[in-house]
Amino acid sequence: MSTLAAAFRASVPVMFGYIPLGMAFGILFQDLGYAWYFAPLMGLTVYAGAAQFMAVGLLAAQASLVEVAISTFILNSRHMFFGVSLLARYRARGLRKLYLIFGLTDETYSLITSTHPPDGHDEQNYYLALTALNQGYWVAGCALGALFGAGVEFDTRGMDFVLTALFMVLMLEQWKKLREPYPFAVALLCGLTALWLFREQMLLVSIGLSIALLLLRTRTRQVAS
Amino acid sequence: MSATGYLLLVCLVMTVATFITRLIPFVAFREKGDHPLLLYLGRYMPPAIMTLLVLYSLKSLDLTQAPYGVNELLALLLTTALHLWRGNALLSIFSGTLFYMGAIQSGWFG
Repeated sequence: MSTLAAAFRASVPVMFGYIPLGMAFGILFQDLGYAWYFAPLMGLTVYAGAAQFMAVGLLAAQASLVEVAISTFILNSRHMFFGVSLLARYRARGLRKLYLIFGLTDETYSLITSTHPPDGHDEQNYYLALTALNQGYWVAGCALGALFGAGVEFDTRGMDFVLTALFMVLMLEQWKKLREPYPFAVALLCGLTALWLFREQMLLVSIGLSIALLLLRTRTRQVAS
Repeated sequence: MSATGYLLLVCLVMTVATFITRLIPFVAFREKGDHPLLLYLGRYMPPAIMTLLVLYSLKSLDLTQAPYGVNELLALLLTTALHLWRGNALLSIFSGTLFYMGAIQSGWFG
């Protein structure tokens, strides 16, 4: 199996998640009155799901560019934490590395950290293929939504669950690899706390708290030994 | 400013702001990728983040209203059971999703 075929196989669930989600964005975007091709253009350049949905509101309100910059930065600041755990993994150089960093969404991060290329295949090429395929699905969804959005008859309610199921399966894969309850328990505790107290910034707060608790464990281990 | 000019500027600003959030750790820790603490995080953050993404993707769920998250719970149990049994990611994910779509579209559990 080629590296691309392996990446495609791993990313099929993301395709079923991103195309309907991208279409939902395209449909909302189209209501703003811009030409349809600006929706896939945003998917190509901004490439951040939650931020693009926010953009629809900002564009409609004619928000200032400073406001756009600050709210985008805050909304996406959780991505800062993703890179911290990928430093050793991303060994590509130059433009290839910049593209891997540019395309780092929640779903791409999940596939890169939880799946493997077949034996003998270059990991960096596999990561690049995953990143590009995922962005391709997203851009296609944005375009389809903006072009044909209102005419879609197929009932896709509930299809977004495909991403929940993907995260669940990748979590189980992480469990098979690690077999240590600590990081899962810490995340469950931090996640539920953040959902309860900081629903709007749930991921940012819970990832930050989880890292603090993970680091605390190395400290107490050092003290104990 | 024309409407298209404004849209393109918003697009540019959002592209740069998003890219910076993703780039920061790679610049900040450029020479320190093999520091023991960062290697430790590289090992333990992915399982924690996968757990958080499961919770995050369910954040609009209201457990105080009927059907009290029953659809999500059953679909996740089905996905988990299939995955532990067969270990086929696509089978687990699509069975869980199709079950969920059937459940909410037909209202089996209210």
